[in-house]
Amino acid sequence: MALLETQTRDLAHDEEQEFVWTLNFGPQHPATHTTLRIVLKLEGERVLDAMPDIGYLHSGFEKIGEHLDYNQYVTVTDRMNYISPMANNVAWHCAVEKLLGLDVPSRCQYIRTIICELARISDHLLSTGAMGLDTGAFTFFLYAFNQREKIYDIFETLCGARFTNSYTRVGGVMHDATPLFVEKVREFVRTFPKTVDDMERLLNRNRIFIDRTKGVGLLTAEEATNWSCTGPIARASGVTRDLRKDEPYLCYPDFDFKVCCMREGDCFARYLVRIAEIKESLKIVAQAIENLPEGPVNCEVGDRAHIPEKSQVYSTIEGCITHFELTMANRGFEVPQEECYHAIEAPNGELGFYIAGDGSDVAYRARCRPPSYIHFAVFPYLIRGHTLSDVVAVLGSLNIIAAELDR
Amino acid sequence: MGRRICRNVVFVGCGVSRCQPTLVNLYPGQPGSAVAYGEDNLQALKSEFPDLVWSTFREETRCVVSREQQFELLAFLKNTQGFDLLVDITCVDYLNFRDAVDRFGLVYLLANTVTNERLNVRCFVNEPELNVRSVASLWLGANWMEREVWDMFGIQFEGHPDHRRILLPEEFTAHPLRKDYPLRGRGERHNFPVLERGAS
Repeated sequence: MALLETQTRDLAHDEEQEFVWTLNFGPQHPATHTTLRIVLKLEGERVLDAMPDIGYLHSGFEKIGEHLDYNQYVTVTDRMNYISPMANNVAWHCAVEKLLGLDVPSRCQYIRTIICELARISDHLLSTGAMGLDTGAFTFFLYAFNQREKIYDIFETLCGARFTNSYTRVGGVMHDATPLFVEKVREFVRTFPKTVDDMERLLNRNRIFIDRTKGVGLLTAEEATNWSCTGPIARASGVTRDLRKDEPYLCYPDFDFKVCCMREGDCFARYLVRIAEIKESLKIVAQAIENLPEGPVNCEVGDRAHIPEKSQVYSTIEGCITHFELTMANRGFEVPQEECYHAIEAPNGELGFYIAGDGSDVAYRARCRPPSYIHFAVFPYLIRGHTLSDVVAVLGSLNIIAAELDR
Repeated sequence: MGRRICRNVVFVGCGVSRCQPTLVNLYPGQPGSAVAYGEDNLQALKSEFPDLVWSTFREETRCVVSREQQFELLAFLKNTQGFDLLVDITCVDYLNFRDAVDRFGLVYLLANTVTNERLNVRCFVNEPELNVRSVASLWLGANWMEREVWDMFGIQFEGHPDHRRILLPEEFTAHPLRKDYPLRGRGERHNFPVLERGAS
């Protein structure tokens, strides 16, 4: 929102380069997928410079975070990166639990790992699919989106919502996983590899796709780190950083999986890394669902963190007291007057929350470290010198979600 | 430097003739764990910057630096201590915070991608001197983070290459994440100028 009119005009009437002209890309454009604007400075078809102009979807999520309590705010995190909301829910509540000093039971950790990895699969399906769509591979997009429906079905079985799940709670989750959920995940693990194979066969050796993505938007490992890039974008440039291995949270140490990296650092490398990550995520899901531990899914009543089951509330005094303590306005969680940061490896990169607690139920400050925002800052650097048609390829490979970009 | 973390990393290669990814295992071994700031590095820092206030919470190492030394410390951390990844820059407004003395607390979250250490550097600023030196010359990624802090909190970054608002419109006057700014705004939404069709 911050482009001055004079600056835009200067671009169009540059006296030294009179062939330079200005093109508005967005805010409404099919290839931006969401609402963001880029002012491109073109010489013929070549992009001399790009000026991102963001803020169209800014809705003050961090301000709202200072007015909603730790359980309510999860509904807002759904709306940040809305193509993998489960990962955002987990990120928020992991950060809250770190602030409160809570340990969740292992069944809850396993369920959270499963939904995180399913969210990663669905995010990568959409981002690679949309990248294919923008570069002309419509079939690929349909194959990917069809499988996203299966993941939506799994989430619907788990929590009743398909899109904005709001599934986690402080010290637990909304509902325990049912046998039907386990069955559906098993079914997904069995049927999904065929689709990945199909997708790879469609694009990996596709001449048009390779010509449009290979060598476009180059980023070296040093630059990626210097630009604060994380996740698939950094890994496609050769940065071997993955929080699931480097700072294991939840129960990732229990699983056998690999971190997928490439050295090329172009759009095609980002595509390949995402496809390889889908397969690794599927391995994690397969291991987790077979080893799903029994036992309680939420924190014990004594921890005073999770609203107990109704049966406990009505039949035990501890359950009744905990319910009372958590629901009364002048009581609630025991929050230290401290600040902490916790990050998880979200599909798009490091998604972290910096929370300042002030003793009340409501965060004093709820800062989100949004990967899309940080990756979009690199965009002008990546696109400089390429042609106008490469804008959509680079944009697709960065997987910019405007809701997370602007928050 | 601290210890090297063993990682299980796969490089997905793209062959020349067939673009089938080939898997190469570079760092076989057990997964690492989050590393708090290493003790030997801590000693080096403490002798270099004796005025820092250190604390630990939930295994996070944090230090508080004065406004004057802020750039010097961050440059030292970047150039000699290997903190190559600037995870985030954010700010907290301590206006209503119990027992708080300072108004704004800038937070720099740093990480070392080789040794996996993390360090949170905090720097308190007060009115009327709401300006610190920009670190955009050290980390390119700081550019937009600092612009967001300026937009939301009104803290100026000296030497920033592109010091403009980023999320809010240029004509916006307030800094909405300050605690004295109301949740529902001050009527900006209702008084937003509407351009009628054909009026320009």
